[in-house]
Amino acid sequence: MKEQNIQTHSFSNGLTLVAEPMAGVQSAAFSLLVPSGSIFDPPGKNGSAAILCDMITRGAGDRDSVELSNDLDNLGLQRSENVGGNHVSFSGAALAENLATALTVYGDILRRPHLPDEEFEPTRAGIEQSLRAAEDEPRQKIMVELRRRSFESPWGLPSDGCLDDLPSISIDTIREHYGRCFRPNGTILGIGGNFDFEEIKDVVGNVFGDWEAKDDPTFETGQGRPKIDNIQHDSAQTHIGISYEAVPFTDPDYYAAWAAVGVLSGGMSSRLFTEVREKRGLCYAISASLNSLPHAGRVLCYAGTKSERAQETLDVTLQELIRLGEDIDAEAGTGIQQSELDRCKARAKSSLVMQQESTFSRALSIARDWYFLGRVRTLAEVYDKIESLTVESVLDYAKQHPAGDFTILTIGPEPLEVNVAVS
Amino acid sequence: MQFHEAKLDNGLQVIAELNPQVHSVAMGYFVRTGSRDETSEVSGVSHFLEHMAFKGNEKFNAEDVNRIFDEVGAKYNASTSEEVTLFYGAILPEYLSQTFELLSALIFPSLRQDDFDMEKNVILEEIGMYDDQPAFSAYEQIMKTHFTGHPLCRSILGSTESITDLTSDQMRQYHQNHYLAGSITLAVAGNTEWDTILDLANQHCGHWPAGTFERDTQEAQPPGGLDLITKDTSQMQHIMQMCPAPAARNPMRFAAEILSVIIGDDSGSRLYWQLVDPGIVEAAELGFNEYDGSGTFLTYLCSEPESTAENLERIHAIYQDVNKNGVTQVELDQAKNKVASRVVLKSERPMGRLSSLGGNWVYRQEYRSVKDDLDTLKAISLSDISELLEAYPLGWTTTSGVGPLGDLEAA
Repeated sequence: MKEQNIQTHSFSNGLTLVAEPMAGVQSAAFSLLVPSGSIFDPPGKNGSAAILCDMITRGAGDRDSVELSNDLDNLGLQRSENVGGNHVSFSGAALAENLATALTVYGDILRRPHLPDEEFEPTRAGIEQSLRAAEDEPRQKIMVELRRRSFESPWGLPSDGCLDDLPSISIDTIREHYGRCFRPNGTILGIGGNFDFEEIKDVVGNVFGDWEAKDDPTFETGQGRPKIDNIQHDSAQTHIGISYEAVPFTDPDYYAAWAAVGVLSGGMSSRLFTEVREKRGLCYAISASLNSLPHAGRVLCYAGTKSERAQETLDVTLQELIRLGEDIDAEAGTGIQQSELDRCKARAKSSLVMQQESTFSRALSIARDWYFLGRVRTLAEVYDKIESLTVESVLDYAKQHPAGDFTILTIGPEPLEVNVAVS
Repeated sequence: MQFHEAKLDNGLQVIAELNPQVHSVAMGYFVRTGSRDETSEVSGVSHFLEHMAFKGNEKFNAEDVNRIFDEVGAKYNASTSEEVTLFYGAILPEYLSQTFELLSALIFPSLRQDDFDMEKNVILEEIGMYDDQPAFSAYEQIMKTHFTGHPLCRSILGSTESITDLTSDQMRQYHQNHYLAGSITLAVAGNTEWDTILDLANQHCGHWPAGTFERDTQEAQPPGGLDLITKDTSQMQHIMQMCPAPAARNPMRFAAEILSVIIGDDSGSRLYWQLVDPGIVEAAELGFNEYDGSGTFLTYLCSEPESTAENLERIHAIYQDVNKNGVTQVELDQAKNKVASRVVLKSERPMGRLSSLGGNWVYRQEYRSVKDDLDTLKAISLSDISELLEAYPLGWTTTSGVGPLGDLEAA
């Protein structure tokens, strides 16, 4: 692993710059995380962060909506704005020489958005159509609805909003969301690529340094339920979503959790792919991944299958999840095998090294580290942690956090039987 | 970056763009075969065969293939289009020789009967999965209707019926006729040595059967038409429209690409400002697709069913204006800035270079560096756009749709 040069600077208003100058690239990418995501949507107004995220680029500072878009296009900035539970995030990548100018424009977007009356209705209508289009895509819909049933609210609520709440959102809701949540304290700017740290620090200081801090906004929590559910849908396949408890990103056992999910779904030789697709031909798509909030984590699984074979797919998938915690018996060939863990390690090594070829990946990764951990891990540190995992440590984790107490949602013509105990 | 090329005795083309600055190496076999090279009896066989490749040969069985790729941490997969079946992997340079052997083994698989029977289920599930994605169904439908009577009309996945009826003997025959060294390009991008590539290619591909599969590349003459799949339960209406555009070897393709960005990119384009930004539609985009001998401009609209006809009229008014008045220098310059940046960013990863490297060779037997692409882009003028629009005006020859609508007047 090549030595990295990761530098950070915390401004007095609470905004943090985390930066990784990289050799051998012409580009620079940034990831700007503003702690104003959908968990801060007012109760009954799920979708306010989503509308704000779309509206905020429709005019800011001296530029109207069209001028702003044109100027960013002319900088060759490939950009996206996303709303998640925690953050409204802004990412961009361009030739490195255009980074400073792009950041100046983002200073306007974050600090001086126009949020004009006339842009509200078009934005709201666009969001409504996206949500309606998502209703036609069961594979997309199931993960949104599985999250809603898996995590307590507001963490489980759809970050893109929900159709029922849209009518109660007004331009005032959006301006209030902006005024309450957009702030420098807690905002993280991750940058990776070809730049000089001191120069970029000065640029960021000029753009964001005098932005005034605010009190952190609050939100109320509630239960996510029901645990077993079916949404009737006239689809070709039955779409199956399963979740169960895991540790969050901040937990010392996170690496073991990552490997446990890797054994299940880390590659085409992983257990779910092998047992459900390769040996039984039950589905085309099957996967499991770790999903982390700051304080909680879960494994989320998906499988899509023709309705007549959906019951078998659900049964086999649940068996595989449960089987992960079974004891190692070399003779019987049960339990996690050394070779399975070795493959997880090989995939991790390859991903870590290849991250160094992508300014975008590095910008996002270091910003995310800072958010969860308050520091940035080097690739070598992550590599060492993964290398030090043993079959025993991963199995210990699987026993302490067994797959069970499932949340199960299906979307399809008929509900399925759940043949394991659910409390 | 250094380019190399060689042809093995059996006709296999080997090309490489080497870059010691990057951390990985990507390789891919671009096999010049796809759904357009099939007959109706074997519709979907190219794609099914792509899946069967991963079941391995006499040396590596299916489990070995999946296991070894994971053991070397490869990022690998395959894809099938109307014209090309691609098998690729990106790895750290120290795993090149192992990956090379395995990826090469996929090209001449054993096609065992029990593997064939099991994988057939997976293909049928894949067809079901895409049935639940309206935009994909609309795409399949428009290719079928637009290219009626032309080989490009064939579905990549095939149908439930054609896949159910397909036999392993038919697949073996198809493989034997189409997987010939002269129809395959091996492309490598990233951090490795040319001598190493040549040695490995000779070792693992030198014995492949010589020969070339020829295809008819006559330009399609689309008859036009309207074909709607009515789905009452859909919330939204998905519409695709197609008209002819320059083919893959036509120099006007560069102007066509930039025109599609100006008119129909997913942000900052004319369709964006006039339909998406005002919240009138969920999506309105124009894309350019190039094929051997033919090309298409593809319009995609997703909107509420009630306003679909009205929105199509809006799009058509934009096209008529462009056909008559062209675009502005400001629009052209802005699109160039966008595309130039995309080209450079994509080129920073070997996987990004691989598709461009292989695509240029398969379609044009041509190497184009990143600089070549940027120079060509810079040179596109307003008169190039006018010339393009003269030959290939934006239009709506053919229409397909998925959603509640049973009829559509504006088409």
